[in-house]
Amino acid sequence: MSAMAEERRQKHCSVVLPTESMKAMAESVGVGQLQEDSCVALSEEVSYRIKEIAQDALKFMHHGKRRKLTTSDIDNALKLKNVEPLYGFQSQEFIPFRFASGGGRELHFYEEKEVDLSDIINTPLPRVPLDVSLKAHWLSIEGMQPAIPENPPPATKEQQKVESTEPLKVVKPGQEEEGTIQGKGQGTTTPDGKGKEKGLIRLKPRSTHELSVEQQLYYKEITEACVGSCEAKRAEALQSIATDPGLYQMLPRFSTFISEGVRVNVVQNNLALLIYLMRMVKALMDNPTLYLEKYLHELIPAVVTCIVSKQLCLRPDVDNHWALRDFAARLMAQSCKTFSTTTNNIQSRITKTFTKSWLDDKTQWTTRYGCIAGLAELGPDVIKTLIIPRLAIEGARIKAVMEGPVISNIDKIGAEHVQSLLLKHCASVIAKLRSPPDNVEQYRTEYGYLGPMLCSHVMKARTQAALQAQQVNRTTLTITQPRPTLSVSQSGLSGSSGPRTPSIIKVPSSLTLMSPRPGTPSQPSPPATKYIVMATSAGAASTQQVITLSSSQSASPVTSTVPSATSTLQPLVKLEPGSGPGLTASRPLQKYIVVSLPSSASSSLETKSSVLPTSISSSSLDGGMKLERSESPGASTQSPH
Amino acid sequence: DTSLAKQKTDIKTEPSTDGFGNNNANDGRVLSASPGSGSSTGSNKQTAAVTPEDQQTLLAVLQFLKKNKLIESVEILRREAGLPENSLDPKATESAGAGSGGAAAVAEDQPDVRVVLSAYSQQGDPTLYEVYYSDLKKFIETVLDCHRAELSQVFYPLFVHMYLELVYNNHESEAKAFFEKFSGDQECYYEEDLRVLSGLTKKEHMRGNETLLDFRTSKFVLRISRDSYQLLKRHLQERQNNQIWNIIQEHLYIDIFDGMPRSKSQIDAMSGSLAGEAKREANKTKVYYGLLKEPEIELPLDDEDEEAENEEGKPKKKKPKKDSMGSKSKKQDPNAPSQNRIPLPELKDSDKLDKIMYMKEATKRIRLGSDNLPSVCFYTFLNAYQGLTAVDFTDDSSLIAGGFADSTVRVWSVTPKKLRKVKSAADLNLIDKESDDVLERIMDEKTASESKIMYGHSGPVYGISFSPDRNYLLSSSEDGTVRLWSLLTFTCLVAYKGHNYPVWDTQFSPYGYYFVSGGHDRVARLWATDHYQPLRIFSGHLADITCTRFHPNSNYVATGSSDRTIRVWDVLSGNCVRIFTGHKGPIHSLAFSPNGKFLASGATDGRVLLWDIGHGLMMGELKGHTDTIYSLRFSRDGEILASGSMDNTVRLWDVMKAFDDLETDDFTAATGHIHLQDNSQELLLGTYTTKSTPVIHLHFTRRNLLLAAGAFNP
Repeated sequence: MSAMAEERRQKHCSVVLPTESMKAMAESVGVGQLQEDSCVALSEEVSYRIKEIAQDALKFMHHGKRRKLTTSDIDNALKLKNVEPLYGFQSQEFIPFRFASGGGRELHFYEEKEVDLSDIINTPLPRVPLDVSLKAHWLSIEGMQPAIPENPPPATKEQQKVESTEPLKVVKPGQEEEGTIQGKGQGTTTPDGKGKEKGLIRLKPRSTHELSVEQQLYYKEITEACVGSCEAKRAEALQSIATDPGLYQMLPRFSTFISEGVRVNVVQNNLALLIYLMRMVKALMDNPTLYLEKYLHELIPAVVTCIVSKQLCLRPDVDNHWALRDFAARLMAQSCKTFSTTTNNIQSRITKTFTKSWLDDKTQWTTRYGCIAGLAELGPDVIKTLIIPRLAIEGARIKAVMEGPVISNIDKIGAEHVQSLLLKHCASVIAKLRSPPDNVEQYRTEYGYLGPMLCSHVMKARTQAALQAQQVNRTTLTITQPRPTLSVSQSGLSGSSGPRTPSIIKVPSSLTLMSPRPGTPSQPSPPATKYIVMATSAGAASTQQVITLSSSQSASPVTSTVPSATSTLQPLVKLEPGSGPGLTASRPLQKYIVVSLPSSASSSLETKSSVLPTSISSSSLDGGMKLERSESPGASTQSPH
Repeated sequence: DTSLAKQKTDIKTEPSTDGFGNNNANDGRVLSASPGSGSSTGSNKQTAAVTPEDQQTLLAVLQFLKKNKLIESVEILRREAGLPENSLDPKATESAGAGSGGAAAVAEDQPDVRVVLSAYSQQGDPTLYEVYYSDLKKFIETVLDCHRAELSQVFYPLFVHMYLELVYNNHESEAKAFFEKFSGDQECYYEEDLRVLSGLTKKEHMRGNETLLDFRTSKFVLRISRDSYQLLKRHLQERQNNQIWNIIQEHLYIDIFDGMPRSKSQIDAMSGSLAGEAKREANKTKVYYGLLKEPEIELPLDDEDEEAENEEGKPKKKKPKKDSMGSKSKKQDPNAPSQNRIPLPELKDSDKLDKIMYMKEATKRIRLGSDNLPSVCFYTFLNAYQGLTAVDFTDDSSLIAGGFADSTVRVWSVTPKKLRKVKSAADLNLIDKESDDVLERIMDEKTASESKIMYGHSGPVYGISFSPDRNYLLSSSEDGTVRLWSLLTFTCLVAYKGHNYPVWDTQFSPYGYYFVSGGHDRVARLWATDHYQPLRIFSGHLADITCTRFHPNSNYVATGSSDRTIRVWDVLSGNCVRIFTGHKGPIHSLAFSPNGKFLASGATDGRVLLWDIGHGLMMGELKGHTDTIYSLRFSRDGEILASGSMDNTVRLWDVMKAFDDLETDDFTAATGHIHLQDNSQELLLGTYTTKSTPVIHLHFTRRNLLLAAGAFNP
């Protein structure tokens, strides 16, 4: 209390302009020597008048129904006092005070530039702002606030958090719990519960999970579309899950849907459905209005299952279940990053789980792959401390399979995948750990069987990094954690015996990608072009700003909007595994590298330096887009870091 | 009268320039009031009992007028006030003739601001002020609990007056020390005033400071039980604490009541205004809050009506309803004013048609209640970068008007019917005046559009109001004018000048013709559309009048002010008949209940207070908003109160419950205060948040659909 009073007194009394300001002002109007006494008297007077004016200006702010005081308020307050207001150009935002110091004096001043009127007259008029218009919407219908875009999300993340973390709030007699009021506003709870809550009994507020008919319909539509056969519909549904603000009430159902779905489909080895479900998890995580913490106990086991399960598909030798494991591993890493706290310790628990089963000798190659992928996605630190020390042991095991007697084809494929996975993740980390002279022998002694291959990978990574350091101003390029999207070709869904392509990963149709400019295809041997497309995760706009980084000559990013165009090329889309540990933006960037390969895919490495910013409509990409995964070592070294 | 003598000596020591300085400082107040005072006294302002104080004020006004060579006004005022011809002359001539020497003499006789300030002439030892104050503080802290809360009320006014005395007597450092020591003890709702006070450290600042004038000219009113008062009195007399006793005598008005001392919460509920609580006497006048009898209009129970009903398939229900409504309106409410208490405009044919429409709509009205909440339709103003400052709907909800900070007034039609202007005079000559659809023919189809802009003001438009017949629109602005616009030609018809300072609000009477306006000059004015001068001036507020509302029977006007009080004025006499205190911040919205019995008010403190007009008592407090409440509206049946606020929410309150829950015994108690339950949470029926749109206007349609409006503020 006394502290508060102290604070207040401070607030009331201490504000008087310093006498130095008086002197400065006097000088500015040509009064040279001002007596100290006059300065004191003046500053008190001026401070008082300024306060008076500020108080009057506040009145104008209140009547203007604003929270921000503007310069016009001050003008009006001056007018009240019969003082001529300040004329001239007004800045809508803050007044840019400049600061200068010198001769032991500090000065804040408002830089008033001389305005050349002819300049103003000659500058073309700015675009006429849109005129005021009226728009009506339903804020509430018979006491219920409809969940439409015009209204705010029914429950903010904070409210959802409070509801889930503090359900046992003390309910004072005669006073309802806050959540209940909110609920009542939406008509979700009935007011008759009030009487029972009287008295200081700790009661969890009853929350009914009844969904309205519309919500039930929505839920049905969305879940059907998500696991259904139409890719366009699925993209729409996922888009809706990722952006709709009103899903809060359906979240428990979605979470159960996913966890049950994974449980059933793992047993049935239905790879396609598992992928769809993982995409749903990702969409849920992308939705900024959802408080997912409450449902992690259902979602995390589902995701981990998709990473480490022994078998995810019917024919492990043919089907690309590795992509699903990678994708799920990234999801896992993302949720560790977002949800791990000191109390739930998600990251350390997950790390322990992965390490434990990796260390187990009996673990199958598939699970082994998942564990390593899951760990590797957690970032370079984890790779450094947990994976690199085991490279030698793991290398020996791979060697045993690769060079030993062929036991089963599946094991061999598994070992191959683990090998490339280790090479991919470890190379960049080792490149940073070790200093340049890369000696194959040294590597061999240190990392065993994988040593030589690692050595070449590290060297490639180094040259690549060096190349890029020269070429582009690296600071302008943000490399972020990837937000991959993946889908399976339709044939995979039926589970029939038809020819199944290994997983094709597509970019959702809502995302606009780029294609070579129309003129390119006619060239006899067009060089492979590489584009980096950056999009915000909610990129639903039809045209979006695309930053194109040309690796050849232009040092600054070129910004262009993407119009619709068609192309005959089949560009390769590669998801860039990002290294970005310092992820600051709340809405991470999505980055795709599109490599268009005219005829021979192998030429990409040599020709990647020439880049042409071009565009393509997203629809044309659907069919022929292939996602180049990191299985092929050649492609992985292409990554720009 | 010792203090007066002291004043004189004090003034004489002042240089003569002091007098001029004060006059200048006073200019604004007197000037803005003077033209009005002539006309309002002309009608029927009370001239009966002129107390000596009033006499002095009158003399001061006369003196001022004389000095500014407004001879005619002097004559009129003198005649009205019944002052003798020579009451002023000798001194006036003296001052005029003697030049600078006479200035002192003038000063001596001018009972205006100088006297006001010089009242702080009593000289105590400045160092002892702290001792006095802490002595009293110690005493009050040690009294019985039941008295402590009541006596604590004394702290704030005492603190302010002691501080001002110190400042006035040039004890700057002592004043500062005094402020620093005790300002923290004051109730938090005086924060704003303390901030003003803290800035004031010099005698020169006191001149022209309105807050200070208020403090001096109006006695701070405290309500204290007899027991507590006796206790205080005894203590002060025992301690010979004359300094404090003098302040209490001179600057405080202690309203003593018999009965139990009030509790802290009771006191807190009522305090917070600039000048303390309202005196009990102030709320004793009888208020005719009943509704006027509706004129009998035969409802044409003709074919089309029947048809409409038949379509809905319940034609039989209609008749009993109509009868009940008819009988209801025939009964004369005992609390209603007589039909011709104030002259009201006669109903035109178009008004009757509108009434019929109204009744038809009313039969389709949804009955609201806690289990039947209204739907809310929100009108968002998009791209209102210039700032939306005022909104109004017509009663039939067909038009919406917005006042903007860029001085424009815009009108939108929210029905498919577009806005059309009347044809030009030349074209009007051509049409057949005898035809049945002449009203349709006069409109120019080429001008049809969804919205119209009206230019004329030269400052932000802060108040806007449609006339009940939808032919006119009023707007009040920062430029000091109230403008009347025609909605037939979309041009300005009249600019009512008189306020000189920003006019914060204006509203049409529910019967049209009259309107009220209030602004920064602290007076509310009652106008008639066909008079360019106000009919009444309601003066008494101590700070800006921020909002004005007509009572449904048009006989009363309520005004809310920055001095944190609400006053209800009688249109007939111009007297203040109710003063409501309890808000802790400037009041920004008022609403009368449809039955005229209750008043709701909302302020910057985010609270809604409910008042019973007949008894002059606070009925309830609705807490929930976190920012200024800019709009309040009762549903058409008065069962639900909607409030809209800067915090981007519309809230609905069960006011029927609030009124029912109150124990009616309290009303008869002579103490003039009631126990309020803290039951806001139970009364809150719903909270609807907008995305980022402050709610600045609310309106219930005739069928009880709630319309809300505000500008999207990205």
